[in-house]
Amino acid sequence: MNLLGKARYLLRITRSHGIVRRYFVVNGFDGALTMLGLITGLLFGTPADLSVTINACLGAAIALGMSGVSSAYVSETAERRLALGELEAAMATDLVDSAHGEAARRVPLLIALVNGSAPLIISLLIILPLWLAQAGLPLPVAPLHAAILIALVLVFLLGVFLGRFSGVSWLRSGLQTLLVALLTAALIFLVTAS
Amino acid sequence: MVSVNKIVLDVLKPHQPNVLEFSRAIAAAGDNYHVHLTVLEVDENTETLQVVVEGSAIDFEAVQATINNMGGSIHSIDEVEVQSTSDTG
Repeated sequence: MNLLGKARYLLRITRSHGIVRRYFVVNGFDGALTMLGLITGLLFGTPADLSVTINACLGAAIALGMSGVSSAYVSETAERRLALGELEAAMATDLVDSAHGEAARRVPLLIALVNGSAPLIISLLIILPLWLAQAGLPLPVAPLHAAILIALVLVFLLGVFLGRFSGVSWLRSGLQTLLVALLTAALIFLVTAS
Repeated sequence: MVSVNKIVLDVLKPHQPNVLEFSRAIAAAGDNYHVHLTVLEVDENTETLQVVVEGSAIDFEAVQATINNMGGSIHSIDEVEVQSTSDTG
């Protein structure tokens, strides 16, 4: 069994697919909104040097990634140990060397990686236009505006992703998450403009 | 040479992997295994199964290791069918 097949098998026997999906969307959404907040705050506030903006966004992205990895790992390890203990009690046997034991050890790591990489990757995608502008590449729009646009598109896509799994209209779900992002930007505008 | 042609096992296993995946894995433990699995009882966390494995030369240790690897445990061996063949020729 290859690595991906093994990961799928361990997720299936622990019924963790839903958890992974939920963590991906929730923390990905966190990452996108955090970047959107930072960039709109900087856009509406005092103009800052591009390198300062990049460093602030990158710092937040790394912190979100680390927070995602560590919090999910700690909580999921505890949950998996509890679930394994309950299963061992029901089976009246030690399952440490079985696939369930392996899942209890590896699934938390897998979930933690998803939970940490989702906000990190989404944040890095949003920061991308800022890097390109700093590298001297010409962009069709201002780098901060391009970053906001990417953030809005990613938030919409996360909504679409959620919609496809929940069985509701992907457009409605995408527009709902987009509305949240627009409301966030409007709130930041109101606070920073006053 | 003595070979095991059939074993009937009483097995307790967690709900996951499901019976289809469970029986497939047992069948893959050797060559030309025929597996017949019956769910006898379903509890909150476990299932009791009757697993019938048929083949020309069943490797019991391999079957047991496969079952254990999936979190199952063999409670008893309820039936066996063993055949001896002459080594001459």
